[in-house]
Amino acid sequence: MELALSEEMEAFRQEMRTFFTTEVSEDIRTTVLEGRELTKDQIVEAMRTLNEAGLAVPHWPVEWGGKDWTELQRHLWNEEMQAAGVPTPLAFNASMIGPVIAQFGTEEQKKEFLPKTANIDIWWSQGFSEPDAGSDLASLRTTAVRDGDHFVVNGQKTWTTLGQYGDWIFTLVRTDPDVKKQAGISMLLIDMESEGLEVRPIELIDGGHEVNEVWFSDVRVPAENLVGELNGGWTIAKFLLGNERVGVAPVGATKRVLANAKQRAADLLADDPLLRARVVDLENELLALELTALRVVAHSSDGAPHPASSVLKLKGTELQQAVSELVVDLGGPAAVSSGAGLDDDDTVAAWFARAPRTYLNLRKASIYGGSNEVQRQIISRTILGL
Amino acid sequence: MDFTYDDEQDALRDAVRGLIGKAYSDYENRRRTVGDDPGFDEKVWAQMAEMGLLGLPFGEDDGGVGAGPVEIAIVCQELGRVIAPEPYLATVVLAGGLVSAVATAEQRAEVLGAVAAGESVLAFAHTEAGGPRWSPGAHATKAAADGDSWTLTGTKDAVIAGARADRLVVSAVLPDGGTGLFLVEGDASGLERTSYAVFDGGRAARVVLDGTPATPLGQVGLDVTSSIATVLDITRVMAANEALGGMETQLRATTEYLKSRKQFGVTLNTFQALTFRAADMYTSLELTHSLVDWATMVVAAAQESGDTSAVADAAAQVGLQVSRAGRHVGQEAIQLHGGIGMTAEYRVGMVTAHLTVLDHLYGDGAHHQRTLSERLTDHGAIDPLTVGA
Repeated sequence: MELALSEEMEAFRQEMRTFFTTEVSEDIRTTVLEGRELTKDQIVEAMRTLNEAGLAVPHWPVEWGGKDWTELQRHLWNEEMQAAGVPTPLAFNASMIGPVIAQFGTEEQKKEFLPKTANIDIWWSQGFSEPDAGSDLASLRTTAVRDGDHFVVNGQKTWTTLGQYGDWIFTLVRTDPDVKKQAGISMLLIDMESEGLEVRPIELIDGGHEVNEVWFSDVRVPAENLVGELNGGWTIAKFLLGNERVGVAPVGATKRVLANAKQRAADLLADDPLLRARVVDLENELLALELTALRVVAHSSDGAPHPASSVLKLKGTELQQAVSELVVDLGGPAAVSSGAGLDDDDTVAAWFARAPRTYLNLRKASIYGGSNEVQRQIISRTILGL
Repeated sequence: MDFTYDDEQDALRDAVRGLIGKAYSDYENRRRTVGDDPGFDEKVWAQMAEMGLLGLPFGEDDGGVGAGPVEIAIVCQELGRVIAPEPYLATVVLAGGLVSAVATAEQRAEVLGAVAAGESVLAFAHTEAGGPRWSPGAHATKAAADGDSWTLTGTKDAVIAGARADRLVVSAVLPDGGTGLFLVEGDASGLERTSYAVFDGGRAARVVLDGTPATPLGQVGLDVTSSIATVLDITRVMAANEALGGMETQLRATTEYLKSRKQFGVTLNTFQALTFRAADMYTSLELTHSLVDWATMVVAAAQESGDTSAVADAAAQVGLQVSRAGRHVGQEAIQLHGGIGMTAEYRVGMVTAHLTVLDHLYGDGAHHQRTLSERLTDHGAIDPLTVGA
């Protein structure tokens, strides 16, 4: 048991902090720190800055740009990045399809896709969920039928986040309808410029256009774009979702928002002990969560996560939501006032005016990445053996 | 940053579990033990002394082992696991900790040596009815000097092991203000102790001092409020370790029960309404575990560096978390067991009783929340990696 970081890790942490706060465009970081929406160009620029320094995909295999870091290094990298307001590398590229291709792809696929994925020359979208396949993902119905050198894909995907920017989409498709549902699924990589593929926006309760439907009508996909085995897609999906869950406790970003809220509502907090008590509670719960993330990091070896990792997504998203709720409450009437434009510079009024949209938007956090009810199922079944 | 125990610490845990676990793994033994005075097992206490546990935190010159907070935490977790009734926290961590902190070398060797040897039970008489809650200072108990002779007058309550104690460490307001600590022998004149059973089966006493002769601990007339505050904070962290052990027992018992108890022809784990609540207990427990380990490391780092400034915050932070989680896990453990959880012959409900005692002995969640609230604007975001560094 040792509280302090080793000298080496402390130096590493400083190195990360210095890089993130000096090398990534100030304009981009300010956008994040003020809670404004990033443009596509900003997300691309930030990831390329990281990639140029070898910091976009440190958890990939070394030959494809990975760093062979310890879990602790990866944790520090992630936390410092969030604290500095650096947009985290596009999850669809860095956390989802990149590791999948590195693990399951052919040499040709690796050479073709991994460098472009790390540098966001390809913007990936995720084609998993369907109208009738949400938490029960294996019920998906989009079909891919072999026709010579191609698959012909028909069906509909939904909740495709930032699909409007997507160049390619990684999809789970049904390639065998006659077996147990998990056994007839494959993963296909599909160029979103393909004929018959259409992206339709879905407007959300925060007024934004973040997710989409993606429709496939006789879309012809070269057979070499199959990842892994035919009908082996469920194994890949489980691998991908496992990675997704580990990366999804946004401790650093939530801490940053809470610290900002304290600063911007300082007068109000000084006068209101009940609001102050809420901040104390959230700060303490975030502390416990961050320490749990560190404990998981310390105990994980050979890629097998400590069982407590399953609480990170559950509690992390709950706290992310609770902090966004607090910010709306700190704004009070400012949350509905006309005073400031949402995209105004960093005025306190604009910050609070954006808060309700963030609060509404973040309701998604306990739904995606395996809903929090699915997380409870995992805890009760896998960990507690119930 | 390392949350793992070394081999010696693992061996210590095994040894303590061998002793304490053996004594109380049968819950009926605990029930029988707390049924009679002094509310704990003198034989187990003597075995703890033999194993070196009673002198664990004290310096070698004082007859102790000189072990660190991580080792003490391990002992407390193991005691909590079976809610062992021995007054380790009250005697060794709190009263012993105070003597360690303020007494002269001669006093330390005499008093702590006897504690370590299992020859003397020590208790801290501090809480006063009507005084400020969970305050480090004495309130109405007064110390008076006549030449070199000191006497104490006042009433203390909720003194854990206060009737069995061979000696009391007593806090009192000094003639010139501030709080001093005094040693009172169990057979002193003008000392009246009334023992009672607390609702978790442990023993506490009401202690009335009426011109009772006392020996100042450490430098005569020195206000030691801040030393008391720090020892109380360390005690809070160790109480959190004890609570953690108890909560782990509750979760384990609850999951076993859900797997074995049948209703409507099926085991209870068939019902998602119940398994989800168990999952939430697990979440509470893991978050608490992390904060408890961290707070223990903060205390350890503070003892190494001699800078205890980070200990107060860490004690409040872990106190708040343990209070909330202890109520959550403790209440749910009973609910998910149903009627059996209510019975005195089953351990789970009594753990909840013990968690409730710990919560109110050293400061509950709201108290810690208030403390943290006063310091809220001292910092932006909390960085647990640089605390105490």
